[in-house]
Amino acid sequence: MGSEPITLTIRPAESGKKWSDESLERARRIMARYPEKRSAVMPLLYLAMAEDGRLTNGGMEQVAELVGITPAQVLAVASFYTMYKRERTGKYLISACTSISCMLTGGDDVFEAIELESGVPHGETDEEGLISVEHVECIGACGGAPAVQVNYELIEGVTPVKARELVRWLQQERPATINTDEMQRHFGGRRSFDWAVAEEASAVGPYPAFQPFGTVGGVGEGE
Amino acid sequence: MSRPLVVTRRMVDHPTDSHTLDRYQETGGYEMARRSLDMTRDEIVETVKSANLLGRGGAAFSAGLKWSFLAPDRPAYVVVNADESEPGTFKDRQLLERDPHQLIEGLIITSWANEANHAFIYIRGEYPKPARRVQQAVDEAYAAGYLGEGIFGTDFDLEVTVHLGGGAYICGEETAMINSLEGLRGEPRLKPPYFPAAKGLYMKPTIVNNVETICNVPHVLAMGAEDFKGIAHPEDTGTFLLSLSGHVNEPGNYELPHGLTWREIIYDVAGGIRDGNELKTWIPGGASAPWFVPSLHLDMPLTKQATADAGSMIGSGAVVVMDETTCVVRAALRLVRFFAHESCGECTPCREGAPWLEMMLTRIENGQGRPVDFDVILDVSDGISIGLEWPPKMTTICALGPSAVSPIISLRDHFGDEVVAHIEGGGCPFGRVEEEEVVA
Repeated sequence: MGSEPITLTIRPAESGKKWSDESLERARRIMARYPEKRSAVMPLLYLAMAEDGRLTNGGMEQVAELVGITPAQVLAVASFYTMYKRERTGKYLISACTSISCMLTGGDDVFEAIELESGVPHGETDEEGLISVEHVECIGACGGAPAVQVNYELIEGVTPVKARELVRWLQQERPATINTDEMQRHFGGRRSFDWAVAEEASAVGPYPAFQPFGTVGGVGEGE
Repeated sequence: MSRPLVVTRRMVDHPTDSHTLDRYQETGGYEMARRSLDMTRDEIVETVKSANLLGRGGAAFSAGLKWSFLAPDRPAYVVVNADESEPGTFKDRQLLERDPHQLIEGLIITSWANEANHAFIYIRGEYPKPARRVQQAVDEAYAAGYLGEGIFGTDFDLEVTVHLGGGAYICGEETAMINSLEGLRGEPRLKPPYFPAAKGLYMKPTIVNNVETICNVPHVLAMGAEDFKGIAHPEDTGTFLLSLSGHVNEPGNYELPHGLTWREIIYDVAGGIRDGNELKTWIPGGASAPWFVPSLHLDMPLTKQATADAGSMIGSGAVVVMDETTCVVRAALRLVRFFAHESCGECTPCREGAPWLEMMLTRIENGQGRPVDFDVILDVSDGISIGLEWPPKMTTICALGPSAVSPIISLRDHFGDEVVAHIEGGGCPFGRVEEEEVVA
């Protein structure tokens, strides 16, 4: 401890820009929530994604500087977890579950419908940078299978027809924020359990919408 | 049929506002946390131990016994395992979204009993909505003086940090979760020496408990050990949440007493099989558990012991039901694929073995299987979990490796004919589209 972090550039940084003062302040508040700074690496990586739309080398260097480890150590963490997207990622990340319960109830057809309607295969992003598509392992919505998430906001009881409508809605309406209730109403069906309470918060990008990350948008915000 | 409800009582009675502090307090919430601070720590640990509250995360280990292992070194930490990712499981999501204060109250008592002044709630990253609800509840609890410095006017301090995972199933394993919380790759640690209760988070004594387990803690204290044990089954005490999914008419979470038979669970609770189809097989306790079949297990009670005696486990309470239209090779392949995808790469048998199983099952499902293939699959499986026994023998640091073998054991024990039909018939008799090729 105490030594200057080693600067190790793995590839040329795409993003030379430093974080906004707001993000830096948020990062400091997040670090204060942990007994040791390094524990804040994971939440800070989400801040880095919110800054650049995905996880850039510049973002990882910023996180390294904040917690006092090397960028290579940050990369080691980031590369372990699937939600830190280091490749180009669309404004909307569509994740279709194809694990056992969704597979049994038609999840493969839902995923295929999303691929065909968007023209984007698993793990890729359209040319415009609007939509990314992936099939994912269990997202804990088995009682409402098959399930899909957009920017990690959930829709349960999806059919191939509804999945195509969802893709077209994203392409045409380009909602500023992604709200789980709104999507469930238009494109969903059976749910795992009664959601009961209206969800005011919405996602603003392909990372979790969570108050401490500053990644929460409200209903009806934006266009 | 009326059933005792414990952890879902409030959300059933007050569906629209069970998550709010006002409703929580109006229904007696935080009373037990307040009272527990007047109890000695030993008293609480003893009560939880004698109530035989079993961990609801998968291992069904006595929570009180776990707490009694806490080493004397300080500071100690408590971690709530809300990294619910076992395929078929969605019960904790409901508890987090619909009654987050119940979790916080349980966490206060657990932290007090284990002399921890800092607790973490580790929620999987794909659960932003549950995480927002919990964070809101944590903020409310801080504002009310139930968390923070000198909670409830005592001199006990408790900080709670809500942490989001990054999409790795393995972080539900408690030592992997601890590494992840330290800002490291979520790879499990060797036990011994890294038993969390002795050398956990930052090498300090740490208690890791599942969401449902912690949610039960206030009720155990409020009811007392004897009444808690009296709910249903003398050995498997209290209730537990069963997540039912797959080909049943009424999938969902059900809070049930232990000891119902599978027939009651599948046909009464879950409303039977869709389209009047025949039941073919079911997974009794999450993707890691060997499957059950109607000819052997339908009238068996769902208890920890009966399930173990039959070569499986109650695990996380996730029941995935498959009807007669299901290709079991494909189902096994999908489960094996999950484990191959989620292997952290630390131990060779799991890192290399699970993808081999996936590749060979893909070949069989796609009609390129050879007669020797299933023997090769069993041989590779044996390299991951020697003898293919239950409970599994381990060649790996954690149980993920043997979990990948459970679907293979199920095929071997119950569906050998169907595997042969795939190989001899040159493809899937259910005539499904081809599975994605696996690239090594």
